[in-house]
Amino acid sequence: MSAPTATSYEIGGTALEVFDNRVAFAETLIELATTDERIVAVVNDSVGSSNLTKFRELFPDRLVNVGIAEQNMVGVGAGLANAGLIPFVCAAGPFLTGRATEQVKADVAYSNLPVILCGMSPGMAYGELGPTHHSVEDFSWMRTLPGLDVVVPVDDPQTRKAVRWAAEAKRPMYLRVGRHKVPNVTTSATDWQLGKWNNLTGVGQESAISSVDVTIVATGTQVSRALGAVEILKAKGVSAAVLNAGFIAPLDLAALQAAATVSRAIVTAEEANVAGGLGAGVASAIAQFPSAARKPMAILGVTAWAPTNSTEGLLEYFGLTAEGIAQSALEVLARD
Amino acid sequence: MTETKLRTHPQAVESWAEKRAKIQSASAAERADLLTEQARWARRAIVRTIDAAGQGHIGGDLSVIDMLTTIYFGVLRHDPANPGRADRDRFILSKGHCAAALYSTLASCGYFDEAELSTFMQPFSPLNGHPNRNKVPGVETNTGPLGHGLPVAVGTALGARLTGTGARTFVIMGDGEMQEGSNWEALMSAGHYQLENLTAIVDRNRLQQGARTEETNALDPLDQKLASFGLEVREIDAHDFGQLWDALQPSTTGKPVGIIMNSIKGKGVSFIEDRVEWHHKVPNAEQVALALEELK
Repeated sequence: MSAPTATSYEIGGTALEVFDNRVAFAETLIELATTDERIVAVVNDSVGSSNLTKFRELFPDRLVNVGIAEQNMVGVGAGLANAGLIPFVCAAGPFLTGRATEQVKADVAYSNLPVILCGMSPGMAYGELGPTHHSVEDFSWMRTLPGLDVVVPVDDPQTRKAVRWAAEAKRPMYLRVGRHKVPNVTTSATDWQLGKWNNLTGVGQESAISSVDVTIVATGTQVSRALGAVEILKAKGVSAAVLNAGFIAPLDLAALQAAATVSRAIVTAEEANVAGGLGAGVASAIAQFPSAARKPMAILGVTAWAPTNSTEGLLEYFGLTAEGIAQSALEVLARD
Repeated sequence: MTETKLRTHPQAVESWAEKRAKIQSASAAERADLLTEQARWARRAIVRTIDAAGQGHIGGDLSVIDMLTTIYFGVLRHDPANPGRADRDRFILSKGHCAAALYSTLASCGYFDEAELSTFMQPFSPLNGHPNRNKVPGVETNTGPLGHGLPVAVGTALGARLTGTGARTFVIMGDGEMQEGSNWEALMSAGHYQLENLTAIVDRNRLQQGARTEETNALDPLDQKLASFGLEVREIDAHDFGQLWDALQPSTTGKPVGIIMNSIKGKGVSFIEDRVEWHHKVPNAEQVALALEELK
């Protein structure tokens, strides 16, 4: 297993080209805006970092830049939705979900207004800029708000699907748009529905999970790494499958229970804080499942303030790599 | 028991429409009389509503009610029989703790049956201590935490411009509420976008929950502050219906309108007026009777 490079990521000996999901996001938003005048983008000076320069050129009136003012930005987004528009509110994840948490709560989630809050460059995508610029608390903060979907398209094809779905869904939601480049692990044929996860048995392969030693529930950047872990485990005679969690809220409890029932253990992996994130949600669900689906777990994620390092260096530091996930799977299987 | 969304009350809508037609076509003097009478009804409704609930924010309700009455019976382009109309003017009560004033006004327009006011803050009532748009028709956004209404109002004003509906947006903040930084973010946007279809109103009763605003975190000179953010400032007496009416007319400068309405917290009930302890004190039975007597 070679280290990831800027242009490729290797799964099972195959080097796969990697992509920035922001590109798919911006291209799809432009496609939508071309045919639907209700599509507007709201930003906090983040035109470039949200990849919306072209959008602004094409639709200058429909790019609302409120400047560096996230509380106002989210409120304005709610007002635009009230006026019948379809606002995509785009800002770096930490400032959108941190500075404007109460606006997300009261103006969007509790008011039940269809605002699409787009957390750009989430997780530790801003690497060396440090924890102030990392968005690793977003899952915990956002999934505690009833009625707010927390949506994480995994790759380029799924980002395109998710953005189209978001524009039609008429639901309040937080959409993570990844910056750290990842390979495509889904195809245009991969299923995308509200609250539904994908059973991935390989890159681009979706089928029901049959009896395995371990199921890895992964989201975002961790899905390709989980698929890498499957290959590492296979070489050691351990069978594994991957659930691509495209929704952190609502969780796909049916898929989780089905997978847990046919697995000996569950490992979760997310580029987010372990306190209150995907793994915490999965653990809470597992604890309440019937005994046949109550399986030992390992929860992988961010566990401390990140030291100075690149995104890739930080993922390695926190064990959020194919090797780290495989190691945790072996440990939990050996433990219980 | 489940919470339900309230429904329009057709007879009340009819009665509101008649009153509004009369008010809109009246002379200035007659109009002031009609609005005074309507606001006195609303004040009595507020006292009764808070009495029934045993909770509420009576001081701010009474300072803002003349403005609410003027907006809903004279100025706002709205249709209580069809609260979701796309081209409606938007009204947002940012000082959401004054829900009893908003609910009384909405009931008097027929957004729901006036009898519902007696359920204010009762278990499972749609009439929560702070307004909820998903349960109460006519409410545009769920307020309560301060500093939220104006940013949303900037959004609805921008939205009306983009969709070309011609709708205006009115929003009322408390003066203490202006201490929230989000309001100043929104004022910058209102000025920057020159939202001439936005009217931002500050209920200047000079009292906040625990003390006078100027002793807590001074706002003056508020007129200069608003003007410097690019607003057309109109400073008025919040209890003079002629001044209220004039101040609510559209912008004459192409700028958003900022109204500073100098009000008396608790206006209309002598022993409540301008007293800090009446922010959310609840009158006892004797005080309720006295208040209703004064508001006859």
